[in-house]
Formats: sequence, C-alpha cells, structure tokens
Amino acid sequence: MSTTKKPVDNGVNVEALLGARTALTDAPAGAKFTWRAKCEWVRGTHSRSTIEGFYGLGEEQKHRSKFTFDADHPEIFASEDKGATPVEMVLCGLASCLTAGIAAVAQNREIQLHSVTATLEGGMDIQGILGIDSDVRNGFNGIKVTYDIKADASPEEIKAVVAQSQKRSAVYDVITNPTNVTVVVR
Amino acid sequence: MRVTTVVIGAGHAGLAMSHCLTARSIDHVILERGEVANSWRTERWDSLRLLTPNWLSRLPGYRYEGNDPDGFRTMPETIDFIDRYAAAISAPVRMHTKVTSVRRTDDGYEVVTDEGTWRARTVVLATGACNVPCIPAVAEALPAEIHTLTSMTYRNPDMLDTGGVLVVGASASGTQIAEEIQRSGRPVTIAVGQHIRAPRTYRGRDIKWWMDAAGVLDDRYDEIDDVQRARNVPSLQLAGSTDRRTVDLNRLSDMGVRLVGRLAGAADGRAQFSGSLRNQCELSDLKMNRLLERIDAWATERGLDGEVEAPHRFAPTRVDDAPPLGIRLRGGEIRTVVWAAGYRPDHSWLHVPVLDHKGRVRHDGGVVQSPGMYLLGLPFLRRRKSSLIDGAAADAGDLCDHLAGCLDHGTARAKS
Repeated sequence: MSTTKKPVDNGVNVEALLGARTALTDAPAGAKFTWRAKCEWVRGTHSRSTIEGFYGLGEEQKHRSKFTFDADHPEIFASEDKGATPVEMVLCGLASCLTAGIAAVAQNREIQLHSVTATLEGGMDIQGILGIDSDVRNGFNGIKVTYDIKADASPEEIKAVVAQSQKRSAVYDVITNPTNVTVVVR
Repeated sequence: MRVTTVVIGAGHAGLAMSHCLTARSIDHVILERGEVANSWRTERWDSLRLLTPNWLSRLPGYRYEGNDPDGFRTMPETIDFIDRYAAAISAPVRMHTKVTSVRRTDDGYEVVTDEGTWRARTVVLATGACNVPCIPAVAEALPAEIHTLTSMTYRNPDMLDTGGVLVVGASASGTQIAEEIQRSGRPVTIAVGQHIRAPRTYRGRDIKWWMDAAGVLDDRYDEIDDVQRARNVPSLQLAGSTDRRTVDLNRLSDMGVRLVGRLAGAADGRAQFSGSLRNQCELSDLKMNRLLERIDAWATERGLDGEVEAPHRFAPTRVDDAPPLGIRLRGGEIRTVVWAAGYRPDHSWLHVPVLDHKGRVRHDGGVVQSPGMYLLGLPFLRRRKSSLIDGAAADAGDLCDHLAGCLDHGTARAKS
C-alpha cells in the first residue's frame, strides 16, 4: 500500500474562493450582490418560480441555464400538490447552504468527505397561518438539522466544520436573524 | 520642537518602547493625553482585575516582585505597577498632552498636540486597542426610556436602576459585568455572540501559565493560518479574582442569568435575538477543547503528566431548547442595557494614508505602511500575546530594531 496521501478533493476550488476573498477585501464594491427570483401564479396555490440572472462583481451575471421551481400545497390542504410547499423550500435552502459550506470548510481544512446527509425538520403550529390563535406565529417554531457525515476526520473535527459552516452561512443568517422585508404592489 | 522619535501613549506598550529606545540612545518623547496608564485610571469598572496573573506582566527591565505572583492586580495595583515602571526607566513622558493630528512631512512626521507641535523622523502609535466601545447600530432603535452604559462607562451595580439589565456581549467584560449585576439582585439577560470560552485553571495550573509555557502565547502572526481571522477573535472569556473562579456561561446560568442569542435588532419596543445561540456556544466549546488538546499534548511531551492533575474536559455550555428570541424593552422588564460588545482603536487623528476602509491601520506586524511609523499593542500584532502587558517586551524589541534600522538607512541615504 502506498503511503503517499491522496490529495483531498471535495470538488471545491478553495484557491479561487480565497483569491476572491483577497480581491474583494481590496475592492469591497465588487462584493455587493443582488439575488433575484421571479414567481408566476399558475392556479390555486400552485406557483412557478424562475431563477436566471443576478448582480455581482460590479455587473449583471447569468446562471448557466434558467432554473424553475414549482411550489404548491399538499392535498390535505385541498390543493393539487404540484410541488413542495414554500416552507419546505426554505428547509432546502438552509440545508443546501450549510452543506455547501461544509464542503468548502472541509476542503480548506484538508478533510476528505465521503458522504454528507442532512435531515431537516421544521415544527409549525398551523393555528398561526389559519388565523385561529394570534399568539401562535406563522413560521417555524424551531428548525432541527441533523447531519450524518462520513469523512477522514475525528468527530470533533467534523463538528468544528459543521459549526464553522453555520457561522458563515447566508441562509442560516437569514433564518436566525431579523430581515427587513418590503413588499410593494405596482 | 524636534525629536527623533515620538511615542504616542504612556501605557505599558509605549513605556516598553521607551525602554528599548533609551537602550539604543534614540532620543524620544512620550506624549500622553492624561496620566501614565490613563485608560486604566479612567475607563475601567471598579471591581475589575487584570485577567493575567501578576507574574505574567514582564516588561523589559521590570517584573513583579511581590509575594502574590499568582494573584490578579486590581485597577489601583495595575496603575501603580505601570507608574512605577515609568519611574524606574525614567520615561520621558509629557503628560496632559493630547495629540490632535499626525501628518507626513518630507523627513518624517509632524505631531500636533494641544501643547505644541513636534517634528520627528519616526512615530510609534501606542494608544491601545480599546479606545472606543463597539456599539451596534441597533442601539439607535432602543426606546428612549432605556438607560444605556458601555463597559467603559459602567462602574458598579449601584449606578443602575433597579430592574432588569440586558448585557450585550459575552466575552471577558460582558460575563464579569453580568455576574456582578446579577449578584446585586437585578435580573440579568446576556446576549451572546462570538466569544471564546476558557477555564481559569486547568489541571491545577492557571490557563495563562499553560498558554505561556506551551508557547501558545508566542504563536507568531506570520506563521499562523489566517492572521486576519485571529486578529478579529475576541479575547478569552476570563476573569481575575481572589478565588480564581471561572466565569463562564454555565456559571452565569447557575446564578440565574438568562442566556439569549446575539442582539440582532430592536423593533416595536422589543429586543430581537439571533437564533444562533447554540452554534455560538458550540463554536466556543470546540475552540476551548482544541486549546486544551494542545496543552495536553505539550504536557505529555514535557513529561508533566505525572506531576500535574490528569487531563479532563469541561461540561459543554448548556443552552435551553428554545431560548427567547425577543424580550420587551418597554414596561420595565429591561431598564438598562450595558454594551460590552468589544472595543476598537481610535486613529481618527492619524492623517497619514495608512487606514483601510474600516479605519484600521494597515501594517505588517506593527510596521506601518508609511516609513518610520510603528504600531504597538493591538491583538495579534506580532504574537498571540501582543495585546497582553507581557506581549509588549518582545514586540517593542522587534519594532525598535526595525525603527533603528530605518533611522540608520535614512542617515546613510542622506549622506550618500
């Protein structure tokens, strides 16, 4: 058996990320991004969102292709269930953000990942959205994320990667901290 | 007035530099806005003691010689210690001389003060890391009826209204102030952001003894992974006391202090807290355990394992399943907010283009990007101990060497 260590490859270009950090430290204006989504009502509670362009690094940017996401409510809400519920999509956003962070942090710390699985649960009392009890909030009363990770690292090192990923996660921040939301009608 | 070197600030760092300059016969003056050790005299709460044991304040040519090497200095003792050092090294301090502007000239710097103008070939900025308390923008959204203090203006619980107190920040200042106020009978809520947990003693020795002995305090800025990150890390959550107790979040919880997440906002008369409390505590516990692992490895390597207590780990920080995400600021639940969210240096008088977009001086290990200008006493300036009194000796020595080289080079260039 060869004793040469295989280079760690989680598929994350850490050099490019660190390069961007250096470049944007000197040119903070380039770090101002705007993310966009468009959403079209289809019928009933079914809607279709499209994601295509965003702004960053001082100019308009485009994804490689247009992404579409259908959202709906399940049949027990008398809907047609043409897609995930919006709150489930929030869980997807959180999971994907944390998982991307785990890959990047692990790469930077030279930890080879073999598998990363996140299982998410968001508790909700729907008396809030149904207007039954105004003391009950509409949103989640808590979110639990459970990670199962196989990696060439000690349990403590893996915990540290997951903790660091939370510290740097955009969606984790969006969910854990208040954000001003402005909704206007044209 | 002309002098070769102007040192701004007569705290331990400026005085250590003065000692090094004198040893090289470089004529200099120390300009001090108030008196020697001014910040310790005017900007600290009454019960504060140094976070480092007495023996660990070794200044160049000066060290502790009392009979309580493991004790922690009170503020009067700290002031006295620095005062005596200034006298012992005959430091050329100009007291009550406030610097209002530093500008670059053809051959050095012009230092304007309220007591006249100095011209110097070299300048050392030793005004410290804790000039201004960090107050988050959310402060502006607090109801007017809330009484606010900072860790620099707070003195003791007697100055507070009766009623609840929200302490914002859980590093050394925040936890100590929270403990003291809770003990005074006022119910305390502490908003916990980034903090670095550390036990006062470990395996029967002071944590600072371990960090010094194991070389942790000597980690160099040009050898660690990410110096920018290291410089932004808050100082250890420690307290100096006669009973050497650890004042961590578990202790505060035991006393009845309520832990909440980082203060994230204020709206409609309510404070809003981040839902990140669990992760902040997890990050801190993990970081503490990495420090203890490093200490254990060093102890084994040095064959200390039989001599000192066995390695162990502390109970993880306890966090409620669902800590409150908001509390009412109106109606008396919270009467006072104490900002203990850290400090930053004030270089607003520095009119030399060396500040970055956040007002921080650009430097490489204290060598400022303007010839002949040096910086001392900031976190991880050159070493992990740079912000400690004990860090001044090595940093001042290194930077004085550089400064002397700069003067020689300038002289050689002028002659050629």
